[in-house]
Amino acid sequence: MITRKRLAAGVCGLLATLTVGLSPTTATAGEPAAKESPKVELVLDVSGSMRATDIDGKSRMAAAKQAFNEVIDAVPDEVRLGIRTLGATYPGDDRQLGCKDTKQLYPVGALNRTEAKTAVATLAPTGWTPIGPALLAAADDLNGGNATRRIVLITDGEDTCAPLDPCEVARDIAAKGIHLVIDTLGLVPDAKTREQLTCIAEATGGTYTSVQHTDQLSGRVRQLVDRAADPVVTPVATQGAQQCQGAPRLGPGLYSDRESFGEHRWYQVAVKPGQELRASVSIAADRAVNNDYGVLLRATTLHGREIVRGSEAGDGRTDVISSGLRYPKGPVDEDGERSTETVCLQVSNSFSAAPGVKTTPGMPVELTIDVVDGPDGTSDVASFGLGRGWWLLLVLALTGLLAGLVWGWLSRWRISVWRTN
Amino acid sequence: MRAVRVLTTALLAGAATLALAGTGVADTPSASPGGGHDKDKGKAAADAPPTEAGTGFRTAAPFRPGQRATASASTGDYLYWTVPLDSGQRATVKASVTLPEAALRHGASTWRLDVYDGLRRRQPCVYGAQTVTADRAAASVELNCTLRTVRPGAEMWSDDPLPGSYYVRLTVVGLPKEDLGLPVKAAVEADVKDTGGAFGTDGALGTPLVTGAVAQTREGSLRRPEDGWSGGQWSDRWVWTAAGGVLAALAGVLGHSLTRGAGRPRP
Repeated sequence: MITRKRLAAGVCGLLATLTVGLSPTTATAGEPAAKESPKVELVLDVSGSMRATDIDGKSRMAAAKQAFNEVIDAVPDEVRLGIRTLGATYPGDDRQLGCKDTKQLYPVGALNRTEAKTAVATLAPTGWTPIGPALLAAADDLNGGNATRRIVLITDGEDTCAPLDPCEVARDIAAKGIHLVIDTLGLVPDAKTREQLTCIAEATGGTYTSVQHTDQLSGRVRQLVDRAADPVVTPVATQGAQQCQGAPRLGPGLYSDRESFGEHRWYQVAVKPGQELRASVSIAADRAVNNDYGVLLRATTLHGREIVRGSEAGDGRTDVISSGLRYPKGPVDEDGERSTETVCLQVSNSFSAAPGVKTTPGMPVELTIDVVDGPDGTSDVASFGLGRGWWLLLVLALTGLLAGLVWGWLSRWRISVWRTN
Repeated sequence: MRAVRVLTTALLAGAATLALAGTGVADTPSASPGGGHDKDKGKAAADAPPTEAGTGFRTAAPFRPGQRATASASTGDYLYWTVPLDSGQRATVKASVTLPEAALRHGASTWRLDVYDGLRRRQPCVYGAQTVTADRAAASVELNCTLRTVRPGAEMWSDDPLPGSYYVRLTVVGLPKEDLGLPVKAAVEADVKDTGGAFGTDGALGTPLVTGAVAQTREGSLRRPEDGWSGGQWSDRWVWTAAGGVLAALAGVLGHSLTRGAGRPRP
C-alpha cells in the first residue's frame, strides 16, 4: 500500500520536475521531492495525578486510554506513529530520578495496531511530570529524514522538574530548523498548566486544547494526527546575511530563517529582464511580545537604492505578521541593458518584548520567493481600450451621423458636378 | 458611381453585422455567471469544500467562492483558508463561529476576520463587521468583510487587490485566559459579485498572485476559479462598444439617407 503510494508520489514528483523543467518560472526549492511519510509521536503524561476521576465520571487515565485506542484505530496508513510516556515507571520521591522518567512505549514507525493497543493498556498512573525531558526525548525519536514531524503532548499538570523550562525546551527544538510542531492538550487544566502548554504550542507553531470530555480528546488527537498526514511543503532553511554583500542567493521557493528583535536579514534574488519578482515574508510571534509590532520587507539594488517595499504593522494577539512586494523588471534597464539584475531583499521587524523575555533564538521567518513572467508591457488602456457608458454611445452615434451626412453630401456634390459636365 | 454607393452600403451593412455578431459573441460569457450555479452543483462532488482549516499561510485550506468551508478547532487557534478571486470581483467573506457552551466560558470574547492577498499583504475591508465581541451568553458570532474590487493590474508600489489567492484568517483576539483551548466550530464562505466594466482599470498581471511553491501540493484545483483565470478578458465594455458601433452605423445610414431628400436625383 505504502509502496504503491510512494510510487504514485514518485511519478507525481517526476511530472512536477518535468513541468518545472519546461517552465522556468515555477518554483524549484521547497518541493516535496521524495517526501518521506510523516512522523507523529504522542507524548502521554502518566503521572500520579492522572488517577483523578473528573472526565465524564472516569479517571483521566481511562479517558486517555480510550482516546488512544480510537486514535490508533483511525491513524492514516502513511503516518508513522510512536508513543512516549512520562512519569510512567518511577513512583518514588527522588526528584532526580523522577525527572528522568520518560520512556518510549512504542517506537516511531509503521503501526501495528494490536501491539500499540496492548502497550497502551499496560499503563498505570505513577510518577512525576517531566515534560521538558520528555519533549527532548520525543524530538530525538522523530529525528532524521525530511518527514513532517509532530508531537502531540497530553498532560494534566505543569512540569514539576524546574529549572528546565519546557517552554524553552520547545523553542530550542523549534530553532533546530527541523520543522517540528508540538500540539498540546491539557486535561482539566489549571492556570499554570494552561500557561505552560500555550507557551509550548506558541513556540513551535502548534495549538493548545483544553480537554473537558473523552470524545473531545479523541477527536482532537485524531484531527492532529490527520493534519500531520496532509501534504505540506517544507521550507528550506537558509540564513540571511547582515548586509546585501555576501547574502545567500535564493531561487523561487519557500525558505525559513530566524530573526531576533530589531535584526536585519538580507537575501539576494536574481531577476531577468521581463520577469517579475514576488516576495512575501511572515515573522511569527513565537513568544510573549509587546503589544505593537511590525515587519518591513524592502527590495533594493546592489547599491542600496530602494526599489519597492512592503510593510505591515499590527497590535494585539497574533501568530504572524506578514507583508509582501512585487517588482516587475522592465524588458530593458534604465541604462538600456538587458542583463540579469541582483535584487537585495531586506527583512526587518519592529517586535519588542518585556525585559525578561529571551531574545535568542530569533523569531521564525518564512520567506516565499516567486520569479514569474512579468506583465507584457505597460499600457494605460483598460479592457483593450474598450469604452463604456451613454456618452460613448452618443459620441459614436453623432460621429456616425456626421460621417453619413458628409458622405451623402459628397456624393450628391459629385453627381451634380458630373451632371454639369 | 453606383458601384461606390453599393460598396458603401455593403461596408456599412458589414460593419453593422460585425457589430451585432460582436454583441452576440460577447453576450455569451456574461450569461454564464448567472447559469453557473448548476455547474457548481455538478462539480461539487469532485471539488468538495474543506472540512478542516489550515494553521498558517502554508497550510491554508483552499475553497471556492460560493462554497462553505468548515472546521472544528480550539479557541485560540489561528484558522486559515484560501480562496481564489479574479479581476472585477468584489468579494464578501463571511465567517461564523459556534462558541463553546456558555457554562464553560468565563467572559466575553472578541473574534477577528483578516484577509490577506496572495503576497500575504493584509487587505482592508471596505465595510463589514471584521471584529466582533461576543458576550458570555452568546451562542455564535458572525463576521464579514467586503474587500475592494479586484483589479486586473496595479503599479508595483500599490497594495491594490490583484487576481490570485486570498487568505482568510479567523481567530480570537481577546478573551479571558481560562477560555483558551475550548472547542469551537467555524465556517467561512465568500460571496462574489462581478462588478463588470464599470470598475475596469488598466494593466494586467503576467500570472495571478498564487505562490508557486505552496500551490503545487494541497488540492490544486480549488486554488483556481472554476472557469480559470480570466485576466480581465471579458467585461461588459465589449457590449457597450459594440452597441456604439451599431448605433454609429445606423446613424451613418440615416445621415446618408437625409442628404438624398425624398427621392433620388434623376440623372
